[in-house]
Amino acid sequence: MESTHKYYNCNNDNLPLELTREEESALKGEQGEIMQMAYRILVATGEATDAEKLIPIEWAHLSGVNYNTIGDAGEEFLSSISKNARVKVKTTLNPMGFDIDNVSNYKLDENFISKQLSIRNSYETMGVIPSFSCIPYEIFDIPQNGTQVAFAESNAAIHANSYDNLKTNKESAFSALASAIIGKSPYSSLRKEDTPNVTIQMKVKNPNELTYGMLGFYAGKVGDTSVNISGLGEMDQRQCKAMCGGMGTSGTCAKFNFVEGDPNTEKIDFDEKEMQNVHDELNTSEKGDLITLGSPQLGLDEISDLTAKLKGRSFEKRCMVFLPRTVKEQAQKIGYITELERAGCEILSDCCTCLTPLICKDDVDAVTTNSIKGAFYLKNSNGVGVNLKSLKEIVEDETR
Amino acid sequence: MNKILVSGKVEGIILKSNDPINFLGTVDKKTGIISDKNHNLFEKSIKDSILVFPSGIGSSVGAYTIYSIKSNNTAPLAMICKKADLTVATGCALANIPLITISDKEFESIKTGMKILLDTDSTNPIHYQ
Repeated sequence: MESTHKYYNCNNDNLPLELTREEESALKGEQGEIMQMAYRILVATGEATDAEKLIPIEWAHLSGVNYNTIGDAGEEFLSSISKNARVKVKTTLNPMGFDIDNVSNYKLDENFISKQLSIRNSYETMGVIPSFSCIPYEIFDIPQNGTQVAFAESNAAIHANSYDNLKTNKESAFSALASAIIGKSPYSSLRKEDTPNVTIQMKVKNPNELTYGMLGFYAGKVGDTSVNISGLGEMDQRQCKAMCGGMGTSGTCAKFNFVEGDPNTEKIDFDEKEMQNVHDELNTSEKGDLITLGSPQLGLDEISDLTAKLKGRSFEKRCMVFLPRTVKEQAQKIGYITELERAGCEILSDCCTCLTPLICKDDVDAVTTNSIKGAFYLKNSNGVGVNLKSLKEIVEDETR
Repeated sequence: MNKILVSGKVEGIILKSNDPINFLGTVDKKTGIISDKNHNLFEKSIKDSILVFPSGIGSSVGAYTIYSIKSNNTAPLAMICKKADLTVATGCALANIPLITISDKEFESIKTGMKILLDTDSTNPIHYQ
């Protein structure tokens, strides 16, 4: 890494970030190039977020794993730093591009597979837990209330802040990696008290997970770093995850507060009309050639529920089900996987709908999904049509 | 307040977007062309521009996209935002792309096609030419 680059300049009298003597020395390169690079990233991040200092974190969750997204630049970068870089705190990992157990069933070339395996190897060499999951909050134990973490995956950061009583910024792939290597993160925005200036009032009746995904997508466009949401009833885990996934896709917001907000807070309604606008933006097809479930990946409760909903019925078209490997192993023991495979599901661990290389517009015109996050990336990155349906509708319409 | 996130000195032509940019999924890494039909820079290339936009949005993996477009020589020469988000800040930091933030007022006045010298060592980093 070139080190001639300065992150401070002559205007540094307004420098908000104060470093300890040890941190200064690392930034100057006295603890090696890797530490210098990691500190440079944290200083840039701290500047961006008005942090006054760096604070210790206990858990980092990294994005930037899928070769489909990080490409050769990412693969080479990780391969290079993994020679010397080691993570200092518990560090978990986002999904990659495929499930090694069944990758031969899909049209992926040798280059993709070998580059992806190189990325996996680099992370493992650095001491990262190869969890390949975008739902770390569901498959790992949650630390005690108020613990500082550094989560890069947007839905996971939002979930951690909103439901798990953890504190994280919406980290980038680099700031989370730098935080993992240093064991610290800038003390900024969402790590402190944050009072949103806008409250979204949920006005849509009888919401399902698709509604909550669209609410999240809308909230992400409206809010800044965090947003209040009022008028929500009891929500299940699928709906919570849909809302986090939707919000992480459309904006910079990384926390819901489930309060009305004080009287000075601007109030905005999320009604049928606003929902229709989001629907029209993301729903581009009347029907799909295949179905995807999972973005975020499905947890064990959702797998159990899907198995129960199917009640012996089978899908009439391909249905890809994305879940973490640990959930797949648990589901196998209980017998859910056998049942889902009987129903025609393709079970995929270690990867996810979001930015999957396994769906290609040469083979597929449109995909049916209940995921707003999945819909956004299928439409904009995979370039396929999207047909939005709730899980209930999918089971009713697409199985027999 | 102007913030210097990544320093540097570069001369170029402004390409301004009033829409925020989701680098992951809406920027073609090989060409630097914006591929999102709903974006006001749709079909425009950000390569070698001084890219002015409100902020980055969307997945944090976008930081690697910035690193990628720099490696592919399709990156902007510099970026100027109203608000620096973590994805753009760290992506630019690693890719060594100068990045500053400017006030809402200056953001309003800056226009596509303007030629500027961006010099983060200067008290006033933007010199209009």
